[in-house]
Amino acid sequence: MKRAVQLYGVLTILFLLVGFFQSWSVALATLNLCLISAIMALGVNIQWGYAGLFNAGIMGFAAIGGVVALLVGHAPVWGAIEQGGAGIALSFVVLAIGVVAAAILFRCLKGVLKYTLPAPMLVVSFVLFRQFFVPARQAIEAYDPAASGFMGGLGLPILFSWPLAGLAGAGVAFLIGKVALGLRSDYLAIATLGISEIIVAMVKNENWLTRGVKNATGLPQPVPDGRLLQQQTWLIDLVTWMNRSYLEALSATEQTAALRLLVAEASSIIVKLAFAGLFAAVLAGLLALCVFALKSPWGRMIRAIRDNEIAAGAMGKDVAWRHLQILMLGSAVVGIAGAMLVTLDGQLTPAAYIPLRYTFLIWVMVIVGGSGSNVGSVFGAFLIWFVWVQSEPIGYWLVKMTTFWMNDTSPIRTHLLEQAQYFRVLMMGTILLLVLRFHPQGFLPERPRRNRQSRSVGE
Amino acid sequence: MSYLNGSKMCGGYNGVQILNGCSISVDRGQVVVIVGPNGAGKSTAMKALLGIVPLTTGDVALDGKSLGGMDPQSRVNRGIAFVPQTDNIFPTMTVLENLKMGAYLRRDDIGASIEEVFETFPILRTKRGDLGRTLSGGQRQQLAVGRALMSQPTVLMLDEPTAGVSPNVAADLLRQIVALKERGLAVLMVEQNARQALEIADVGYVLVLGENRFTGSGQDLLADHEVRRSFLGG
Amino acid sequence: MDNLLNGLVLFLNFVVVPATSYGAQLALGALGVNLIFGVLRFSNFAHGDTMAFGTMLTILGTWALQSAGFSLGFLPTALAALPLGIAGTILFCLAADRLVYAHYRRQKAAPVVFMMASMGVMFILNGVVRIVIGPNERNFADGERFLVTAQQFKDATGLLEGVTIRTSQALTLAVAVLAVLALFLFLQRTRTGAAMRAFSDNETLALLCGVSPKVVIRTTWIIAATLMTVAGVLYGLDKSFRPFTYFQILLPIFAAAIVGGFGRPVGAIIGGFIVAFSEIALTYAYRKVVLYFLPGSDMGDSLLQLVPTDYKFSISFVILVVILIIAPTGILKAKSSS
Repeated sequence: MKRAVQLYGVLTILFLLVGFFQSWSVALATLNLCLISAIMALGVNIQWGYAGLFNAGIMGFAAIGGVVALLVGHAPVWGAIEQGGAGIALSFVVLAIGVVAAAILFRCLKGVLKYTLPAPMLVVSFVLFRQFFVPARQAIEAYDPAASGFMGGLGLPILFSWPLAGLAGAGVAFLIGKVALGLRSDYLAIATLGISEIIVAMVKNENWLTRGVKNATGLPQPVPDGRLLQQQTWLIDLVTWMNRSYLEALSATEQTAALRLLVAEASSIIVKLAFAGLFAAVLAGLLALCVFALKSPWGRMIRAIRDNEIAAGAMGKDVAWRHLQILMLGSAVVGIAGAMLVTLDGQLTPAAYIPLRYTFLIWVMVIVGGSGSNVGSVFGAFLIWFVWVQSEPIGYWLVKMTTFWMNDTSPIRTHLLEQAQYFRVLMMGTILLLVLRFHPQGFLPERPRRNRQSRSVGE
Repeated sequence: MSYLNGSKMCGGYNGVQILNGCSISVDRGQVVVIVGPNGAGKSTAMKALLGIVPLTTGDVALDGKSLGGMDPQSRVNRGIAFVPQTDNIFPTMTVLENLKMGAYLRRDDIGASIEEVFETFPILRTKRGDLGRTLSGGQRQQLAVGRALMSQPTVLMLDEPTAGVSPNVAADLLRQIVALKERGLAVLMVEQNARQALEIADVGYVLVLGENRFTGSGQDLLADHEVRRSFLGG
Repeated sequence: MDNLLNGLVLFLNFVVVPATSYGAQLALGALGVNLIFGVLRFSNFAHGDTMAFGTMLTILGTWALQSAGFSLGFLPTALAALPLGIAGTILFCLAADRLVYAHYRRQKAAPVVFMMASMGVMFILNGVVRIVIGPNERNFADGERFLVTAQQFKDATGLLEGVTIRTSQALTLAVAVLAVLALFLFLQRTRTGAAMRAFSDNETLALLCGVSPKVVIRTTWIIAATLMTVAGVLYGLDKSFRPFTYFQILLPIFAAAIVGGFGRPVGAIIGGFIVAFSEIALTYAYRKVVLYFLPGSDMGDSLLQLVPTDYKFSISFVILVVILIIAPTGILKAKSSS
């Protein structure tokens, strides 16, 4: 406990330093992403720390959350829906009927028929699906492509999307887990890696649904609008009062310009603070649930399974089903975080989903924080995101320092400076390996400090 | 002093002491059998001789020289061959390749040794091109013993060679094992099937809780009233 | 008749030829995954990025040779730089084994910990490759681009459609066949090869037979690094080199390895071709082929493409899922493992 307080104290100081020396806006932006990363890390920790499940597709679950946020929050594009909505709905009904029928046949039939009947059935329903789907999609994508070209969403308050994103994440995890759990541990990793690539490919390419790489912007915000805030007299008065000594020293024209800048910054800080409050509340709620769940009989069983899978299996615990539950829970949490991220951005940016950032960086957070420890994962997320953000300038600085003897026009130096951003990738890899090797229990290990090496992996 | 001698051995796994000062010795040309109830430390005693189980006290000596602190591989190099109870062949390699792996450290011509194994276990000759995993239980055990013989050992250790093998195949196998001692091998066996094994044993050890309870020739033990009552079921 | 031939040639040109070379590249990759899995018993997530690393070294060597005016005639210069790439990758793999994986072997850690460590190695390679050569596409193929051009084929056969065989495709197949033959000869005919198979089959027994784990593991990395570099360079020559695609190729490679069954070299090759042929055959637009076979058939404006190219990874994935559902140990029975 004491260690946790100390470590979080250090973090607080780091944020304060950024606030004072860089800007409060940067500090809060970092904090918000730290909070979201912390929720993702919490989800991954549920899977890895509680059950030793290696999910290599975190990015996919985050992307699902993002799409749900879009589909819930974005205003509907009625024109596009009139053009192709019916066709899309019909096509998916056809597909669903085909898949369900094939699944029933697969269940009921035996022998050769088990495979020979459902397979062509799937093909036929897929062909029929395309028959309705393709023209509908074309119609939708042709509708005002510069501004929309997609169906939009439900136009509901975006906060509704957060729990829905959790459900969607859990649903995908259920499908994956059904296939890959209970087999060798690598299969889950490979299957999740695959599904996340596919999900992101869909998010990028299914323009009728997500607007693809054209980015769907203009999502509603669950916090006060920054531009409206800037016109509020109370804010202007407050900012004037807070900066009175600085403003008084300026001439009248300079004063208005300076004031406008200050008010803009203040409003952006207020918006970010509001987000931070929301995110912190979600994080705190999830964290409390996690701690509570682990102490419940369910949590005791989960830990028993993790500590000795074979013994627990022999005692009649359904290990694969528990693992499926955990996979779904963790993925739900990641999905929620994904929706929160899109909410914060106010837009869905499919091209931004890269595995390095959304899968592997989260893993570094969990390992560094302390696998199995919820508080640790949250700490790891804060620390690693902070380092990730701050290490870009450090990379430049390092390259400058190590190449100072080179000519300014030296091609090696210019090349290295261009690629300096990738030094932080190198650094993250090194941190991951060092922690895994020399401090495998992480910074804030799970309370009973036994040898985590074998325990953390659910042997 | 016997050829292979484990004296006053204490030790076990993960801090759990299983051996409590038992002593086992084998001479060349002898078949020695270790029997005892479940959990008596039979296999552990054998593994201690091989160096898989570390000893806290006691010593193992081969031909008068201590093997203390030596890892299993170096002991194998000194002429001890070991046939584990399960997973004792290479399933995706052919019978012939399995035998060649037994002679992995030998640099001389191994043709004669292969011929010898084929003579001891004729079935292996007909199956020599088959993959290990296609063999039946008894054939696997024969292959496992044959593989162990390929290193030209002086000591052959077998961990329950007849486990999971049908009774008449087991009897055949034991007969083949007895034949090996005629070549001057020291044969040490752990057996669950105590009665059958003691019948062929020159010396039998009855272990209980990691200690020697009875020691004697196989026939003497079979005749011993108390041994029969406690361990052979009457 | 000519129509049928034209249709077949079209299919040959756009499906069979590219799938064969792609299949060979995947097979080489899957062979490496299999070897590492068989001996070291974990799925190497750094595989794709190690391929990128080896390719990067080869590209640097190629540039050096090119600027020195060296050329292999109609063959790409990269072939001459390949040994350098292989050597560098071997050194890297051996260093990574000593610094990273050896520790977990001593600890007897679970496979999933090795997997995690390989993710760390992946990260490092990811950074190194981008720092050295940048994240962008690099084309390093030179020499004669085509072995057979479409025009030559058309002139020779008098058909409307032509088959193009790029040098890189022919080279891929030739090198892959040589590499696989060499690997099989090594595994079947040499003492160390037998030791590797034995170690992969039954580690404890192999140790009892006197097999040195150090030698087996070192040899495994050397062979795997060679396979990875060769696969990476051939892929790069055939398509082009871009670090991120080398991460993405991990999925088809794993799919190929699982289709064949982890720990089965022959399976890896079959798996590589199954994945490659499915991927290319399903993403190809058959409109023109069908028009040759059934002239005048009305298809609207459909391209008759079963799966859009953007979703080619979903094919590997579906293959993977189907295998996991119906035959989790691969189509050739793989050994069970923890």
